[in-house]
Amino acid sequence: MKKNEVPQDKSNLESANFRELCYAVDENGEYTTELSTGWNPKTIALDNAIDVLNERIALAKQRVLDQETSPLEYYMELYKMDLPILSSYVGLWQWRVKRHFKPKVFKKLNTKILQKYADVFDISIEELKRIDL
Amino acid sequence: MEIDFKHQQAAHCENGVVANLMNYNGFNISEPMVFGIGSGLLFSYIPFLKVNYAPVVSYRALPGIIFKRFAKRVGIKIKKEKFRSAQTAKARLDENLERNNPVGLQVGVFNLPYFPDEYRFHFNGHNLVVYGKKDGRYLISDPVMETTTSLSEKELEKVRFAKGAFAPKGHIYYPIDFPKKLDLENAILKGIKHTCRDMLAPVPIVGVKGMRTIAKLIRKWPKSKGTKTANHYLGQIVRMQEEIGTGGGGFRYIYAAFLQESGKLLGNDKLLERSKEMTLIGDQWRDFAVEASRIYKNRSNTNPSEQYHEVASQLEALANREEVFFKQLKKSI
Repeated sequence: MKKNEVPQDKSNLESANFRELCYAVDENGEYTTELSTGWNPKTIALDNAIDVLNERIALAKQRVLDQETSPLEYYMELYKMDLPILSSYVGLWQWRVKRHFKPKVFKKLNTKILQKYADVFDISIEELKRIDL
Repeated sequence: MEIDFKHQQAAHCENGVVANLMNYNGFNISEPMVFGIGSGLLFSYIPFLKVNYAPVVSYRALPGIIFKRFAKRVGIKIKKEKFRSAQTAKARLDENLERNNPVGLQVGVFNLPYFPDEYRFHFNGHNLVVYGKKDGRYLISDPVMETTTSLSEKELEKVRFAKGAFAPKGHIYYPIDFPKKLDLENAILKGIKHTCRDMLAPVPIVGVKGMRTIAKLIRKWPKSKGTKTANHYLGQIVRMQEEIGTGGGGFRYIYAAFLQESGKLLGNDKLLERSKEMTLIGDQWRDFAVEASRIYKNRSNTNPSEQYHEVASQLEALANREEVFFKQLKKSI
């Protein structure tokens, strides 16, 4: 890539006011660096990933409202986690976390376990228990 | 306290941290040199690990390995520590700052407040330098940022003890012992040999063979996984290739810069030639990303499987080209 070809497309980087460093060759073929504001194919890939996440969050929310799953699953999605990540944050086996997704099991959880989840999501137990979201 | 530390932006976090720490200690080393000597360039597919619900494709060596190899090859010693408790981790960090010693840290990206929201995923292989503490906040030199920044004690603790794959466990590292003069010549040769070996490895998930494996999978995805998942997977490959801290197409350019610098240092014209080729290979990787992004941008595309075949062929062409390249590179030194 030539220095003057380093992409300067619009991207989400702008919101945080930062640019990325790229390596490129100058007119003499010497390697140098140039800052980039973003690149469309990359932005498309990122937007695609965010869309998938948002869909998952919306779906989880609906499932909580329909009482098919506990709010834990919704918060897991909201914080871009998956089962292995959530389970390592609360320090419980994955199968236990999965079990806690069942509304019936979730209702019976003791304060100690609920507190663990609440701490990970940085909310209160009351908020965690709300199923009207 | 604030250590007189020079922040220099880098394309990739680990290289950047190492280059900046080396510069602080009086050795002028560029980011591409660190990357090349540390044999950072790689292609690997990790089928049993999923990130963000898609299989992992990595374009670089695992976090920490670049510095480890670099140190060994140029003859410096590094001290590394991981911690069980956040208190000990903090105490050790403070001790080092007290002694005027800037340190490298491995951290999780998700809770880094200075990153744009869209870039914050549960990725734990990020690296940065802490070079001081002022008004209760840690001074941070994050190599992918243009300028330095700072984090509160709580914020830093959160990212140091992020959980999930490659959990950093408060990982802290810094060089402790240096030779009088760095033996760059030998280190470069070792670094290049290692990268050639990795990229030509007879293993189906590493190097050019790994690229071919992924290409085959790409062909199958629309049928076996459905268009939606296939698009998501393909998008993830591109993101792994091009995004902050992971890089890929960009890594080819860093590697080309390394070959150019090495060629001049060793007076080896063949390496200068290889550098030019690597630049063109980097361009081809970018073409691949452009094609791939076209597919999942038009979700209503009429014939996705044909397009999938096309990008798979592009990836295979890249594998062939890189195979030739690394065989030649091996002979160039």
